[in-house]
Amino acid sequence: MAGDRAASIDPDALSWYEATARQRVAALADPGSFQEFLPPTERRMSPHLPLFDLPRAFDDGIVVGRATLDGGPVLIAAQEGRFMGGAFGEIHGGKLVGLLRAALDLKPKAVLILFDTGGVRLQEANAGETAIAETMRAIVEVRAAGIPVIGLIGGRAGCYGGGGLIAGTCSRLAVSESGRISVSGPEVIETNKGAEEFDSRDRALVWRTMGGKHRRLTGGADAFCADTVFAFRRAALGLIGRAPAFDLATLEAEQARLEDRIARFGDCRDATDVWRRLGVNDPETVPAMDTDAFEATVARVREADHDAR
Amino acid sequence: MESLTFRHTTHKPLPGSVPNAIIGVVASGNLEILLERVLPPDACEIAIETPIAGYGDVWEAVVADFVARAQPGGIRISINDGGARPDTVSLRLLQGARLMEA
Repeated sequence: MAGDRAASIDPDALSWYEATARQRVAALADPGSFQEFLPPTERRMSPHLPLFDLPRAFDDGIVVGRATLDGGPVLIAAQEGRFMGGAFGEIHGGKLVGLLRAALDLKPKAVLILFDTGGVRLQEANAGETAIAETMRAIVEVRAAGIPVIGLIGGRAGCYGGGGLIAGTCSRLAVSESGRISVSGPEVIETNKGAEEFDSRDRALVWRTMGGKHRRLTGGADAFCADTVFAFRRAALGLIGRAPAFDLATLEAEQARLEDRIARFGDCRDATDVWRRLGVNDPETVPAMDTDAFEATVARVREADHDAR
Repeated sequence: MESLTFRHTTHKPLPGSVPNAIIGVVASGNLEILLERVLPPDACEIAIETPIAGYGDVWEAVVADFVARAQPGGIRISINDGGARPDTVSLRLLQGARLMEA
């Protein structure tokens, strides 16, 4: 589709955070290799949004298809965080589940999920929740078939709600500084527990607690990249090559890793306390570090790299 | 939701051979425009779905101005509006036509 070509600008300079889902896909894949499934001309739109007098999108906020990455075949799904916060509705979720199931037949080198989502679309919540569950099951089946599922997170909606759960089932995750991964978002926590517990307007607190640097330091994400499409492409290629096996040993290692995390950091009141305990010398400086300085810090932290997931 | 459809006759077809293109995102103050080269070369149809009712006259003027400037013969244009201002609509329409001419 010609709109994809509008993005054929230098992927080295294209900001992942600023780009649309279509621009990310076009610039991430090998030039001209992306073939979309159910493109906008098919008009597979939400059957629910008109009931709420809300506008629909021709692709229901997700772009799915096949492409090559460094010559190897991959399947790609990209959420559009600007349409309804990238939230999962019936069609949106169905397209992702269908893509993952297709991977079992097409046997690509990897499935890439470009998360940009606040979670389930409240106007079609039952269908959205079902889609989250079906997506997680489909990812498990794809991984069991030996195909890595790589999540890339650096969009403006972050990766929240059911999206955060799905990210937890991926083989590996790459995140940028602006990427955020969690289940309950800042506003949800504040609404339920009060601003004393979590002040959603304190942006530094939000990024410290859920942002890419924190997730990378604690091993929640497996690669940290600069906010360019090129950096995400390089990270994806690297992670495909070192995806963990999907077997009992990996799952037991993940269980042990998470138990150890609670034991070591369960009493920390702030992310900086966690970083200090991880062995970061000057934790207050972490948020201001550039990518290279941060990578050097990560290299000295034992928990950041693991065989689990 | 308000649905609007405008049909125009153009003096010439839109140059180029790109079969379809999409531009923009359905977000607050933005819109997405799908262009498809499926009509007779002197016809242009623009169908709009907008959650902001009561601005048919403004849409009609913006669309007429675009058709006069771009002469988008042969193109069916479908718009999902997120409450875009007229200048944004004009910009996106011209961006879409440019993609089709590539």
